[in-house]
Order: sequence, then C-alpha cells, then structure tokens
Amino acid sequence: MADVSMAAAMTGPRGAKPKKRLTGRNIMLYGTLLVVCLYYLLPLWVMVMTSLKGMPEVRMGNIFSPPVEITFQPWVKAWAEACTGLNCDGLSRGFWNSVVITVPSVILSIAIASVNGYALINWKFKGSDVFFTILIFGSFIPYQIMLYPIVILLREAGLYGSLWGLVLVHSVFGMPILTLLFRNYFSSIPEELFKAARVDGAGFWGIYFRIMLPMSLPIFVVALILQVTGIWNDFLFGVVYTKPDLYPMTVQLNNIVNSVQGVKEYNVNMAATLLTGLVPLVVYFVSGKLFVRGIAAGAVKG
Amino acid sequence: MRLTKLTALLATVAMPAMATELEVTHWWTSGGEAAAVAELAKAFDASGDKWVDGAIAGGGGTARPIMISRITGGDPMGATQFNHGQQALELVEAGLMLDLTDVAEANNWKEVIFPSTLLDACTVDGRIYCAPVNIHSPEWLWLSNKVYEDIGIPVPTNWNEFVETAPQVEAAGKTPLALGNQPWQSNLAFGAITVAVAGLDVWKAVNVEKNMDVAAGPEMAAVFEAAANVRKLAANSNVQDWNQATNLVITDQAAGQIMGDWAQGEFQVAGEVAGQDYTCLPGLGLNAYLSTGGDAFYFPKLNDPEKEEAQKRLAALLVSPEVQVAFNLKKGSLPIRGDVDLAAANDCMKKGLEILASGNLVPSGDMAWNPDVQKQNEDLLVEFFKSDMAADRAHAQWVSNLKTGL
Amino acid sequence: MSATTEAATPRTTSAARPRPRWTRNISAKIAAIPMIATALVIFLGGTIWTVVYSFTNSRLLPRTNFVGFDQYERLWETSRWLISIQNLMFYGVMSLVFTVTMGFVLAVLMDQKIRFEDTFRTIMLYPFALSFIVTGLVWQWILNPQFGIQGVVRDMGWTSFTFDPLNNPQTVLYGLLIAGLWQGTGFVMCLMLAGLRGIDEDIWKAARVDGIPTWKTYVVVIIPMMRPVFITTLVIVASGIIRLYDLVVAMTSGGPGGNASQVPAMYVYDYMFQAQNLGQGFAASTMMLLSVLIVLIPWAYLEFGGKKHG
Repeated sequence: MADVSMAAAMTGPRGAKPKKRLTGRNIMLYGTLLVVCLYYLLPLWVMVMTSLKGMPEVRMGNIFSPPVEITFQPWVKAWAEACTGLNCDGLSRGFWNSVVITVPSVILSIAIASVNGYALINWKFKGSDVFFTILIFGSFIPYQIMLYPIVILLREAGLYGSLWGLVLVHSVFGMPILTLLFRNYFSSIPEELFKAARVDGAGFWGIYFRIMLPMSLPIFVVALILQVTGIWNDFLFGVVYTKPDLYPMTVQLNNIVNSVQGVKEYNVNMAATLLTGLVPLVVYFVSGKLFVRGIAAGAVKG
Repeated sequence: MRLTKLTALLATVAMPAMATELEVTHWWTSGGEAAAVAELAKAFDASGDKWVDGAIAGGGGTARPIMISRITGGDPMGATQFNHGQQALELVEAGLMLDLTDVAEANNWKEVIFPSTLLDACTVDGRIYCAPVNIHSPEWLWLSNKVYEDIGIPVPTNWNEFVETAPQVEAAGKTPLALGNQPWQSNLAFGAITVAVAGLDVWKAVNVEKNMDVAAGPEMAAVFEAAANVRKLAANSNVQDWNQATNLVITDQAAGQIMGDWAQGEFQVAGEVAGQDYTCLPGLGLNAYLSTGGDAFYFPKLNDPEKEEAQKRLAALLVSPEVQVAFNLKKGSLPIRGDVDLAAANDCMKKGLEILASGNLVPSGDMAWNPDVQKQNEDLLVEFFKSDMAADRAHAQWVSNLKTGL
Repeated sequence: MSATTEAATPRTTSAARPRPRWTRNISAKIAAIPMIATALVIFLGGTIWTVVYSFTNSRLLPRTNFVGFDQYERLWETSRWLISIQNLMFYGVMSLVFTVTMGFVLAVLMDQKIRFEDTFRTIMLYPFALSFIVTGLVWQWILNPQFGIQGVVRDMGWTSFTFDPLNNPQTVLYGLLIAGLWQGTGFVMCLMLAGLRGIDEDIWKAARVDGIPTWKTYVVVIIPMMRPVFITTLVIVASGIIRLYDLVVAMTSGGPGGNASQVPAMYVYDYMFQAQNLGQGFAASTMMLLSVLIVLIPWAYLEFGGKKHG
C-alpha cells in the first residue's frame, strides 16, 4: 500500500521529456535558475572556505577565495576544544544531548499532530474547528512570550528541568504547523476509502493504523524533516527548560559564537556552524526528494 | 597530638565523600573573565567540592533570563552570578534565595568587606543573601599609546585633552573612540561623560538623591550637548561586543574606549603592559572616584542540606583573601576587602586601589536604579549615540525614564 | 498499541443501546485531548494569563497588583516600540511579497520539465535546514564591509564601491531581508511546486485548446486553484515574520543607529527579562497577539464559516 501511494506521489512533471535544445527560452530558464543557485550557494561556499582557513588568512584574504593553505584546525577546535567559561570541549559535549532531545521530541510531536489532523478531517466533533483555529493562532505567538507561563506550567507538573518537559514543549510548539499539514494531507485522501472502512466496522484507531498511516508516508517525511530541523536548531527552549547536563549543541554553538576572546574567530565560528547544521543538512540531502514529493502528494491541498 | 593526626587523617579520608557538586552559572566568557573564573573553580575544587561550570555566553542579557527561569521554575543551580543591586531583589523577597547571614557572621564579613555598601547591597531586611566577589567601576578611559606616539603628540591625561586631540587622531586615519553597538555600552559611556563634564556632585544629586530638578537642569543639558559631540568621534566603530571594541584599541585601530575596568583583562590577555602599551584613566582622568558596583554570587535554595553546606562553603571561599587576590588579579577588578595584599597588581589596578583607599566612592547605576530604568536609558542612549537624535529631545526622554524608577 | 480493541469498544456499545451525545466518536475525542489541552491550556490559557498580567506592574515575578492601562500608555509613548512596529510592518510586507512571488516564480520555472530538477531543488531548499542564528552569522560575514562583498569588489579595483547594508539605518532592513529570503524561499518554492504538481493536467490541456496564453492561465486559472497552497504558505511565512527575533539578534542586535532594525519580539524579550518589567513585556505581547487576531479572525471565518469542508 505504501509503495503504491509513494509511486503515485513520485510522479514528477508529466508528459514527454523535453528535447535537448538551446532555445532562447531554455537559456533564459536555466540562466535564471543558475543565478538563483548562486545566491543560495554563496553562503555555503563562504562557510566551507572560511572554515578551512587559518586566522591570518581569514584576516588578510577575501572571504570568497579558496584557502591557500587548507587547515582542519578550526573544525577540530570547534568540535573538541573551543571554550565557554571553563568547559573546553567544544560542540562535542552537546551532540549526544541534541540527539537525545530530538528523537523523542520528533516522534511524539509527529504522533500527536498526525492524530490531530486525522481527527480534524474524518472525525469532526463539536468545536474541533475552534480548537484548530486556536492552534493556528498559537503558531503566531512569539516563543518568548510563552516562556514564563510554560515555566510555571512545567513547575506545577513537576517536569521542569527534565528531558520530558522539554520534549513536551517541543511537541506543543510543533503542533500548529504539523497539524495544519497533516489535516490538509488527510483531506486529500478520498473520503470513500474512509467510508468503506467504516462500513466494514473499523473504528477510529483501526482506520488510522490500517488505512491512513500506510497512505501517508510522504507527509510523515515532511513532518520529520520539519521537526528535525526545528528541534535540532532550537536554542531558547533547550537552554531555558533544561539544565546543563542536557544542553543541546546549539547552546555550545551560541557560546562559541558569542564568547569573543579578542578577535572573532570566524573560521572556528563557521566550522561550528557547519558542524551544528550537519545533521539537518544530511537529513535534507538524503530525503530532499521525499520532502518535495511528500508535499506534492497533497500536503497543501485544503 | 595523636588526636589531631587522627582528625587530620579522617578529614582527608572523609573529603572525597563530602565532595558535593555545585553548578555555578555566570556570563564570564571573554578571555580575561574566563581566566578569572577558573581561579574560583580551582579554589573550590581544591577545597574538596566540585565546581560544575555553567557559563552562558552573550552577556547578562542572554544569561539572566535563563537563570531567572531556572530559579522560578524550581530547578535552580547551586550558585549564580548577578550584578548586585536590584537585579535579584524580587527573588530574595520571594524566599527563593539562601540566607547567608550565618556565613557572613562566622567569617566576619561586616568588618572585612570594604566598602560596606557592597554588603548593604546584599542585605534585605537585615539578612545577607549574596557574596560579593569584586568591585567594578565603569568610568575608565583606555588609550592606545601607540596611536598617539605615531601622531607625535603626548598621550592625553584626561577626557578634555582626549576630545581636543581627537581631530588629529581622525586626520591620521584612526577612529578616535571605539564604542560597540550593544546598548549598555552607550549607557556606560554616558555615565562616565556625565561625571567628567558635570562633575561628581551633579552625578550624586541625580543618581543618589534622585533630584529630578537637577536631572532636568542646565548641567545635564550641557552633558547631552557634550555627548552629542562625542558620538561623532565614535561614528566609525561598527563592532558589536565590548571586547571587540577594546580590541580596536589593543590593535591601535582606535585611540580610546570608555569601558569599565574589566577591559583591563583583555589588555592583559593580549600581552600588553599598562603604562607602556596602553594608558588607563579612572574617572576619565578628571574625577578620581570609583563606583562600587560589581558582581556577586547568589545561592538559590536547594532543599538539600548537603548542597546547602556546600553553598555556604563556596560563599565563604569567594570572600576569602586568597581567592579574592587570585580572582581579581586575573579579572582586573578590585577586591572586596581592604586587608589583602595586591602587590602583583599592575599600574591600572593600583590607581584603582588608591582611589578605593581614599574612599572616593559612589554607588553604581545598578544599585541606584532598577533594571527597568537602566534598560530604558540603554535604549535611549544607544539611539542617541548611534544616530543624530537632538540633544534636548534625548534629555527630556532621559528625565522621564528616570522618573519611572522613583 | 491496542488500537483495534479500543476502536471496537465504542462500536459494540453503540449497537446495544442509544448513547448520550457526548460519547459519539469517543475515541476521536480521547485522541484529540492533547490538541485540546494544548489549544486551551497553553495557547489560550497562556494568552489570557499574559493579557491579565499586562494590567499589573509585575517586575521580575508575576504579581497581581493591577495598574489599569498604565503599561499600555507607556508602551505607546516609547519610541523603540513604535519603531519596532514600523520595522516589522516594512519587513513583513517586503518579506511576504518577495517570498511568495519568488517562491511561486521559482516553482513555475522548476515545473518547466527541466533537467537536474533534484539538484536545483536541493540547492534552494538546503538553507531551510539551518537555524536563523546560523543564517544571521553567515550573512553578517558576507555583508561585512571589510571582508565581505564590498571589500572584495574594492580589492578588484572599484574602490568607491559601497555595499554595507547592515551599518546603514536606511538599508539595514534590506540586509535582513536578503538573509531571511535566503533561508525561507526554498521551502515556499517547494510548497508552490507541490501545488502546481497537484493541478490536473486536463486543465492545462483545456487552456491550450482554448488558446489562452500560458501566463494568463497561471494568473486566471492556476493561482485561484492553488488557494489552499497560498493559505498554508501565508500561515507559515506570516507566523515566521511575527516571531522574527533570532535573525535580528544574530545580525544586528537591533542596530545600527540604536534601533533601526528593532522588532517587537525583541522589545518583549528585553523588557520581560533584561529590564525585569514583566508588565511592560506582557503589554507589548498583548498588542502583538491582538494584531495576530485581527488578521486571523477573517481567515478563520472564511475557512470555517463561509463554506463547509469535507
């Protein structure tokens, strides 16, 4: 079942393959795309090049030129040596914490949001649209505003400072957009399927697990990528709702980037930046195809 | 004899079992600051406990929300830095902080801590809630000797000379005044210029007696006019952090910077020598005085008798003479007790110590005004220093900011 | 999970006797508890809490010492707040227009049956994987007058070339925009592309048969058909704009000129925590939430009130 829907989702542009022709239209088309790509790639190029230079070269040279002398020292420093206060072990101390935070947060938030979307489309109950509207409203609330009420809520729930408190916070703040995506996706699944299953006697969970889940791998991939990115890159919640033993990698990144010791060490900053971004980047490069196809498969049909 | 040996033995054996981990949060992450905080950790570890460092970079603005959230969230750290004054007042009033009065009495803090206003800032309703660790005065002018040597003029000895020679510095292609973009730096510079231009009496009338007529009066208007000229000198400095601005002076790209005595640590880390590579002028060379602000450690209540003992041990340790000397030498700040020997101090610190001994002291802005007023003035003054806002408009706004804190 | 058993229970009872109204779809209601709790407790509860305390003079800790509209009066007299709002409106409109048009145009280009589509798409999408802090850092570096684009062009001989948006109060918002668009347009392009792919080929055929020019087909037929895509995009982009904070902190800290790039979220955060004036921060929050409501209520009305969805 999953394969079928995947295949259906993977239909790219339809029709015959275009003929290779150097028409004016094609030159315009590819020319524009190449210029656009330059804009997108420039920062990546600068990051990689700068991170491979020594500080003297960074200070002298221009930021776009490749390094004269390649050094991996900034990477080593960013990963294992950069100091904040007394801890001189770079980003490495936070990497595992980031994993430990991200995995349960991603799973829980997606599980909740997918059930929400399914309930909102197929099991409407009185007021369900109102709750959904409040959720969408919630997606506009700046995180900073909610900091205090959530401190109080977590304290009352006895979860403050624990991993599960943070997981809960991530699930709550991921819920609006994810629910929107799942809701729109499930609305594109033909209602007849749902009705047929009802006639066969399947209930809420039965339909969810046997019909909806197998048909929605693409949207799960979209949700996965969105959440991995969002949670992995989070700094504020990680630092406010946990304690140092649990601080994610971004806390160290902030510390490396912000603890200026004399001159800003741009090469170390860039290496730290790339190292921190590596996990979401890898997720993107590996599943980028699925991402677009996931959205293409109906995530945006209302 | 046998008995003492035995207890000594017991003590050493018992030590590791007693070692209690205390997480300490602070925002000391620049070069000089990190070196100084390492001294505290070293001393605490040597005493048999364990310092778990919780540095948060980005200054107090980034770190304080995190600290406050953790304390109010019911999962506090073992000890935390605040600028003493009104920053932690409400936390103390809410009963979230450990009462250190018995530690203070056992270690005679009332007698040894000098000036006594430092301890007053830690005292709420007669109980003591924090351990001061250093004195910081913000009103220093730091000058690069090389910039002036290259131009061929003597290094200024006070603020007025600095302003007079600024055109020559500019003509030589250097930035006369380094000023970072962070709002608090503008507020700091303004405070220093106030003392230099209007004098100490006006400063006290406004900030201590809180006389709003003086604040709105002609003396302060003159200060705003003077500051409006100063901002032109800093027009070319586009850095963010204070130590990046200090670095402009260290690398001789800028002639001077108005910054607190903590800048000293940066010069030291860069291997510069006071009096030879750089010059420091407390009170901008005009009014030799110190404001007795600084850093202090607060100890949130942990409901764990073992940790509480460790917290008290740390509090006592922070004020102890050895730690005071080691810490302040690295940080470039002044010790909070008059009975320690700072023979190793360099020129700049000695100037500070002399003023301290002479008793020429005023409370710091953090003590005089609540954080709300401070923040409003930061917002106002960074706009004033970094744009062409009219002096009289800024003055009027400044007075109304102060009035919100009365 | 015991999915099947749970699902089976209400069905058997329903067969046995008529049940009260609230027990209909009981599993669905139970499953929706996390959503309902989040909506009511966190978002609604947190909002009400914020509004209530915005009428107090709470400083470091929330206290119920009510002072009426004092905080609001002060808020609207504060130049930093007024400038923040102007900045956000300017940035928001620019960002929305550019993100949506760039995203749509790129998606149209990508939909021309081009070669290397996967590569192009990956290149446009990857910035979305990076946080705003990282984005801000990199673009600050590229826009640095000494080392970045300006410095490089000057080194090549054009010594009067000036491109220093971040240090000029007049242009700093464009500097932020360059970075913001870099991070976000790829994702919007993907949403749009997905929308285009979702449109039935027959519609294109019909348009061709009728001789409608391509551009007109897009404007008259395709865009209206993509309404849900645009709504999703709008929600995601607009919510990002209102929450704009990290990027500004990383790139400019609100400067230059003191407040040329201040945004409301920064004001809220600074006054809540740095100034320890919760009441003032909450008053500013309330104004932000109010403006969101003003935009959102018409949307909700259109989405749920106007016509029924299947």
